[in-house]
Amino acid sequence: MSDLVLVSSADEQDLRSGVRDMLAAECTGQSVLAFVSSGADAYDAKLWRTVATGMGLAALLVPEAQGGAGAQYRAAAVVAEELGRAVAPVPFLSSAVVATTALGSSASHELLGRLASGELTASLAVPYGLWSAPPLLSAQYGAVTGSVRGVADALGADVLLVPADDGLYAVESAAARRTRIPSLDETRPLCDLELSEAPARLVAPLAAVPRALRVAAVMVAAEQVGVASWCLDTTVAYLKERYQFGRPVGSFQALKHRLADLWVELTQARAVVAYAVADLAAGGDDASVAASLAKIVGSEVAVRAAEECVQMHGGIGFTWEHPAHLYLKRAKATSVAYGSPDRHRARLATLVDLPLEAS
Amino acid sequence: MASVMTEADLRARISAFLAEHDPAAAAGGGDADRLAFLRARFDAGLAWVHFPAGLGGLGAGRSLQPVADDAFAEAGAPDNRPGRIGIGLGMAAPTILVHGTDAQRSRFLRPLWTGEEVWCQLFSEPGAGSDLAGLGTRARRDGDDWVLDGQKVWTSMAHVARWAILLARTDPDVPKHAGLSYFVLDMTAPGVEVRPLRQLTGEAEFNEVYLTGARIPDAHRLGDVGDGWKVAQTTLMNERVSIGGGAMPREGGMIGVLAAAWRDNPGVRTPGMHDTVMRLWVRAEAARLTGLRVRQQLAAGAPGPDGSAVKLSFATLSQQISAAELDLLGDEGLRRDSWAMGRPEEVDFTGRDAGYRYLRAKGNSIEGGTSEVLRNIIAERVLGLPAEPRVDTRVAWKDLPR
Repeated sequence: MSDLVLVSSADEQDLRSGVRDMLAAECTGQSVLAFVSSGADAYDAKLWRTVATGMGLAALLVPEAQGGAGAQYRAAAVVAEELGRAVAPVPFLSSAVVATTALGSSASHELLGRLASGELTASLAVPYGLWSAPPLLSAQYGAVTGSVRGVADALGADVLLVPADDGLYAVESAAARRTRIPSLDETRPLCDLELSEAPARLVAPLAAVPRALRVAAVMVAAEQVGVASWCLDTTVAYLKERYQFGRPVGSFQALKHRLADLWVELTQARAVVAYAVADLAAGGDDASVAASLAKIVGSEVAVRAAEECVQMHGGIGFTWEHPAHLYLKRAKATSVAYGSPDRHRARLATLVDLPLEAS
Repeated sequence: MASVMTEADLRARISAFLAEHDPAAAAGGGDADRLAFLRARFDAGLAWVHFPAGLGGLGAGRSLQPVADDAFAEAGAPDNRPGRIGIGLGMAAPTILVHGTDAQRSRFLRPLWTGEEVWCQLFSEPGAGSDLAGLGTRARRDGDDWVLDGQKVWTSMAHVARWAILLARTDPDVPKHAGLSYFVLDMTAPGVEVRPLRQLTGEAEFNEVYLTGARIPDAHRLGDVGDGWKVAQTTLMNERVSIGGGAMPREGGMIGVLAAAWRDNPGVRTPGMHDTVMRLWVRAEAARLTGLRVRQQLAAGAPGPDGSAVKLSFATLSQQISAAELDLLGDEGLRRDSWAMGRPEEVDFTGRDAGYRYLRAKGNSIEGGTSEVLRNIIAERVLGLPAEPRVDTRVAWKDLPR
């Protein structure tokens, strides 16, 4: 497993700068702030068209036979990281990563093809914080009944992928009652779902769900690296220009040492995520351990970076007008998403034979 | 010159070499056979393959070095006991390669690599630890020689070393960074006295070195007079890579010891300790993967400040892990093997007892740059944050308070 390449290729670097340049023009801190302040939309539809259709990035994990790019995990991680860096309110993670992975290659050509083109978005109908077996709805005579709380990006999705008794079902979202919840992270709003004999079509076995959650944990960790790197870069830049006591605040060791530690932690998180992504791309021999590791390390660095960003900005960092809070909310919400670090440490303990209880 | 050598080319050369030089006979023979084999390997350019031809290398990419090391190990060839000559391999050699004259390179590098000549490093002084550029050991010019007076400290291997890399003050009348020069000192010269320095583990890995009128020929100066600080940067960057930068499998190093202690002692497990063990396991694995990634980056270029990150996290982790191990073991952890003052030539951070590991790890955040200095380096050189206001950089060294 030490043969895995943990550094970026030239193509990956080109993709990174392409996505970053696009986001610098179309997804600024002020535009995301305006999106969140209005609270009207489920996601930024114009930005999503650019990401999904314009740049073709919704197709990265769709199999080639269904009109996608194949399992381009390394590229998808680059995109997730850059979207995290911009706290972009688009359903890349929920639709192009999680729902697409859940559909796998067994689903109909038609649905995956339309997800690949960005024409449709889909959401896996499980609580955002889910890390293990999903709660199952009941399925009878081609219809699904039950409720799910706190689903990410379901509000704007065209299709819901619902885990029910005997498999994963596709449901037209119009057939479900969706109630928007004021969410900690309004750049990825949650909603509650109520389904009452909603017409449904079996699209994948239930085993697709844990696999999708493993990929989700890795890709959300890539996103968290993006969140953390924005927070670090922005804080460093601010501390160079903010003067107090007649000198740049960034010249005080009390702050420099905290930022140095944060940089070390971020450097480590990059390596862990690079490893988890490279493992996925190579077939996933170590997928369970790598996904838990990535989710723990990514969550911790994102939350710490965002908290330091707010603190080191002082008063301006506590305002609504400064975008730091968007990153704090994204960081904390993603820390809970797909299993908190504590859940993953508990899982890891079993995976690497360090159990609490003597067997 | 760079990277024209492919892995297949290298393997072919190694096979040809091994066909002519029997590795098993060299390993099983006496010191003379062993040495003859290592000298031949050096002369064939198969020692450090990224070094230039004629100096033990082939001008190949750094990433090919493990190919050579693995091939020789698999063939059962004798190695140069790298644990014993780490300072030579990791610090003196890269510095001599970059800053040495042709005569210095051809004199020093071959016996350094074969292990015939052990090297030590004479940098730190009782009055110059973190503030290395403030050091006071004087080198005065006398004809073709320099005459040295002063005291160095924390010198591992000084008692067996043939040579030392040494930083001394050649001009006290200019600001401190500008008045230093870098030398190679013959440790057998008159006026060089080595005394063991007992550390808090009870043993003496390190020494104090007293210099009283010791002479160094000017031909053994590395770099120009007054350029010592610049030359030392090459040494220090390589030091930080070599401390805590080794490749290892998952649960290699100190975390493997803690994990084994957890598995072997079900009776002492508590939920709090479990959380500690798991957090440390994750941080150790993250640090290991970071080392792996830094080495992949290094394969493409020279060591940079990323080595500081590896060293900093290694120090923190080894202290936390060894402390957790003592907590976990309880009474059993309080039993030491011995307080005898040995003088070990190779340090094994995971060796001996839990008490040793806990105590030895305290040195990890001091040796090779304290963790506080490393944080400054990261903050200033990587993040570009401004330095603290300085009072010592524009004043002649002799006028600084001390």
